[in-house]
Amino acid sequence: MVPLLYFQLLGAALFGIGLYGALARRSAVLIILSIELMLNAVNINLIAAASYLNGIGRFAAFDGQIIAIFVITVAAAEVGLAFAIILRMYRNRGTINVDEINILKW
Amino acid sequence: MTAYDLYLVSPLLALAGLAMMVIIVDLLTRRTGLLVGVAFVGLAAPAALSAWQLAELVSTGESRLSAQGSVVLHTLSIDRFSLFFNFLILAAAGLVILVSTDYSRRMERLQGEFFGLLLLSATGMMLLVSATELITMYIALELTTLPLAAMAAFLPNGRSSEAGMKFLIIGALSSALMLYGMALIYGFTGSTRLDEIAAALSAGASAGAFPFGSMAVLLAIVLLLAGFGFKMSAAPFQMWVPDVYEGAPTPMVAFLSVASKAAAFALVLRVFYVGFDALGGDWWVLLAGLAALSMTIGNLVAIAQRNIKRLFGYSTIAHAGYILVGVAAVASVDGTATFGPSSVLFYLAAYTAANLTAFFAIVCIGNRINSDEIADYSGMLRRAPFLAIALGLALIALIGVPPTGLFFAKIYVFAAAINTGESLMTWLVIIGVVNSAVSAYYYLRIIKVMFLQTPIHTERVGASWPVNVALGIATLAILWLGVAPTPLLGAAERAVSVLSGG
Repeated sequence: MVPLLYFQLLGAALFGIGLYGALARRSAVLIILSIELMLNAVNINLIAAASYLNGIGRFAAFDGQIIAIFVITVAAAEVGLAFAIILRMYRNRGTINVDEINILKW
Repeated sequence: MTAYDLYLVSPLLALAGLAMMVIIVDLLTRRTGLLVGVAFVGLAAPAALSAWQLAELVSTGESRLSAQGSVVLHTLSIDRFSLFFNFLILAAAGLVILVSTDYSRRMERLQGEFFGLLLLSATGMMLLVSATELITMYIALELTTLPLAAMAAFLPNGRSSEAGMKFLIIGALSSALMLYGMALIYGFTGSTRLDEIAAALSAGASAGAFPFGSMAVLLAIVLLLAGFGFKMSAAPFQMWVPDVYEGAPTPMVAFLSVASKAAAFALVLRVFYVGFDALGGDWWVLLAGLAALSMTIGNLVAIAQRNIKRLFGYSTIAHAGYILVGVAAVASVDGTATFGPSSVLFYLAAYTAANLTAFFAIVCIGNRINSDEIADYSGMLRRAPFLAIALGLALIALIGVPPTGLFFAKIYVFAAAINTGESLMTWLVIIGVVNSAVSAYYYLRIIKVMFLQTPIHTERVGASWPVNVALGIATLAILWLGVAPTPLLGAAERAVSVLSGG
């Protein structure tokens, strides 16, 4: 059996890549993609933890999988709304580059 | 799931059903007045069901409705704490709906969706304040945030879609961080329920003298605070606040600034006081740091603002800081942990009254003069006496001057901080008092512009009667909380007894 630590390292690495992408990308679509990567890193963590807890005979063994399903569902809704807003943005402003989205600033 | 469980979640179901009904009514008829009427009168159903639950609590003398042991599989707690916030959220939603009557004409065909999204967001908030389990909290947070993001992008102009996009992207980012924290907590304690998390943590905390029990818990708490900080609009997670406040439709901003903030603070109180109680003196230092940062950043940057909605964005960051002082006041010298949280509840109620009054006046004035620049408010006292006086009173309340509710709220929050007996908290109170003095400058500047300068135009600025009614109610609430704070403070104290297991 693969140790829990490996899964957690994979999750942390994916989460870090996603966070870097969300902060460094210029296109709004790629930012949303990076956030998806972060959410899926969380899912790996959750399912690995649930499987580990199941292995050592702890209670609530399926909670992790259930949360992962909820996270996937909510992420889908979030992406739907995000693309609707990005589309509207493109119609109003002609760009989805977040560097150029700067009417509102101090 | 039993019939009793259905009764417990009935206010939530009624509110979600009302949201659907508003959208259907909008499909069937084009009359705006009817739509507002249905949305406003329909709020009576969840309010009545909540009142019924409260009456049951009062008659049995309990603080929590849990006769059946499991409340919807242990995911919710319907108690005095959640009911307190239910009424606060419903009141804010009702008043905002009344005020949207004039404003919603800008949205042309989409008015039904606007009110529907507002009610759905309120449903999410009511779910959030009673959630005692991590999955439910995550779902409720998203149900609160996503409709608000859609509403922020509602106006057909570039500013509004920019506001919606910033709100959505930063919201998604912070909820991903929070979710990672939740995954760590779940992996560490093996449970998603707050009471079981508390038990697992106290077993772990007694094993070693490590701060926060372990590095994993420390990391998880920092990540959770990133997500909660976004909802509370506390620094350093405040980057979105001024942009969204400036670009989004004003009634939505009014709702966001009070109801969403109140729900977020309810969540923070429940998670930290119930879930992380065993970590005792560790986490309040983090919250105290956030409080100092929020107060200072909010007040200093607000001084330079020329747009009134943007100024209120910074003002709300500063107020998040004051409220966090109360949240950080966890332990007091005599061992009771209810002073801090009850002062937070009172502050949130008083802040709701003051901020709603201010935003309602801004909605009316901005709707007529088509500008949110403070310079265009000059001589508003002559153009719209009622609106100017209400806005002036709200600004005086936000400074924290008697006889307004926020005066007592600030005193309670700072007294709770002093009462902890920690020297760090005393310093925090000093920072808070200095910041209150700084805030007087930019609030009084608006009053000076409105009351002392000569008007540019002479045409009168007025509003329709539902707007005036909502403004009147909010204004009276400011004064009522300032003259007679005791009943509400008593309710707040009974509400927070739930947090310490009462």
